[in-house]
Amino acid sequence: MTADTRPLTYRVDPAAPLDIRGYESQEGYAAVRKALKEMQPSEVTALVKEANLRGRGGAGFPTGVKWSLVPMGKNAPRQKYLLCNADEMEPGTFKDRLLMEGAPHQLVESMIVSGYAIQASRGYIFLRGEYVLAAERLERAIGEAKVAGYLGANPLGSPWSFELFVHSGAGRYIPGEETALINSLEGRRAHPRAKPPFPQIAGLWGKPTVVNNVETLCNVPHIVLRGSQWFHELSQGKSKDSGTKLYGASGRVRRPGLWELPFGVSAREILEEHAGGMQAGLKLKCWLPGGASTDFLTPEHLDLAMDFDTIAKAGSRMGTGLLTVVDDSRSIISVVRNLEEFFARESCGWCTPCRDGLPWSVRLLAALERGEGRPGDIETLEQLCRFLGPGRTFCAHAPGAVEPLQSAIKYFRHEFEAGIARPPVAAEHTRAAQAVA
Amino acid sequence: MSTATVIGSTGFSTQAEEYRLHVDDYASIEEEIGHYEDPRAASIGALKIVQKRHGWVPDGAIPVIGRLLGIPASDVEGVATFYNLIFRRPVGRYVIKVCDSVACFLTGYEELKEEVCKQLGIGLGETTADGRFTLLPICCLGACDRGPVLMIDDDTHFGVLPQEVARLLERYP
Repeated sequence: MTADTRPLTYRVDPAAPLDIRGYESQEGYAAVRKALKEMQPSEVTALVKEANLRGRGGAGFPTGVKWSLVPMGKNAPRQKYLLCNADEMEPGTFKDRLLMEGAPHQLVESMIVSGYAIQASRGYIFLRGEYVLAAERLERAIGEAKVAGYLGANPLGSPWSFELFVHSGAGRYIPGEETALINSLEGRRAHPRAKPPFPQIAGLWGKPTVVNNVETLCNVPHIVLRGSQWFHELSQGKSKDSGTKLYGASGRVRRPGLWELPFGVSAREILEEHAGGMQAGLKLKCWLPGGASTDFLTPEHLDLAMDFDTIAKAGSRMGTGLLTVVDDSRSIISVVRNLEEFFARESCGWCTPCRDGLPWSVRLLAALERGEGRPGDIETLEQLCRFLGPGRTFCAHAPGAVEPLQSAIKYFRHEFEAGIARPPVAAEHTRAAQAVA
Repeated sequence: MSTATVIGSTGFSTQAEEYRLHVDDYASIEEEIGHYEDPRAASIGALKIVQKRHGWVPDGAIPVIGRLLGIPASDVEGVATFYNLIFRRPVGRYVIKVCDSVACFLTGYEELKEEVCKQLGIGLGETTADGRFTLLPICCLGACDRGPVLMIDDDTHFGVLPQEVARLLERYP
């Protein structure tokens, strides 16, 4: 494993993460040095744009474009914020934990370089409360970086100053939504905010704010050190998307895990080569490409490249890029019921379709699972998919919840139909027929 | 410890006005406030600090935190009741959080949860009669390659099989 091919993970060791000396001896903080001493902030943003770095939190928005919407120059507000979304809670996703526990300095360095690009005055790592080990390690890394002069007032003699804090949350899934994250960081209930204004203009405490995922940020120092051409070459011939991605697989596969691979490898390579295929006696039924809020795909889709555009064309989303593999021992209804229970519980309750629609879907699914569904239930679920879909709700929570549901109905309608109780008339008719026979 | 909280028969504090913040907690909350441009942002941190001392957040602490941060008690309560890691009722000495999200569902969290319930004689959201354990569900703990996963207080346990539950619980007397 080298820096050239596995930039994100070559220094990752969750058992014994590098301290600042060890990290510095492996190119650590070289990107801070380069950016602060040799580059203008706008040059860093331009480079990230050229590299075509896209958000690794699920949405795939171009990071450089996001940054370029932040007001810059003398007339820009003095207070600006860079927030790292480390609220990893998308079911099926376990990549940011590894990056933070295994290489805390890499994230700290990434925050400094990215903060410099937008000239942020402060950065916060919004960490989910359960990631206790990551919190400890990040706090230690921040302390070491301060002592070494990479953080705080005028790092490396730069005219710019930057403070960095870990903000440890107190639960719920919804703070992963960027405007809900801002409300949560301000010490409020994590309801999403209306956009516009976009956070780049008026975010945390009304000031320009950028929210980026852990994995997204961790790419930035490598792009600064090695350039955008190198970043494109990492995935050349495989994908229009650039760089590497932390791909993974969970479920009943032989070797569940996480692998840094070039963008655009096929789902089949991830499942069969890296995860070792299904456990003995089990067959692949379907898979979620990147978290609970992505549409199911089937075994027929395994040869697709795991990148944003290809998976979108197949009717799903790449999301976080970690496969949740469903085996044939499970009824699809039980899996979807589990997913919708999660979404119903985690709805923040702010808007009606989401608050009331999701529990309704759970009731219908539970009835179908027991074989007590009623005629019309499938149609009601389909109607809910429309009523909770994009544009009908305040944020992306309910539209995300709809994705596995609508695709489960699309690919496994027969299982839903089998969950509908046979009408009593038919049952009597059968008994009568048996009596005669 | 300087708490003067009186617990009534309902399990809730009946003399809210008597809550006195421990001097160390006061200092910790002040430090927390220093991390933000607006004291309100320390509300979650302050609730966690108080909870660390008592295991939960007594009623009386809510207005005290509000005064310290310069925000209404109702706002503090709003935050306390929104987030699932803040407890507004007494909990056991240890809090068990069983992941019930999709990857752990596929690797058998239901059997694990049943075993924990059987061992402790409680259901989700309940506390054992001896006040030792509270059992709660939790969403995806970000270790799906090592499911099923549960946490006991701050410890995360990976790949827990039902037959290992009894021995695991013994480690939390």
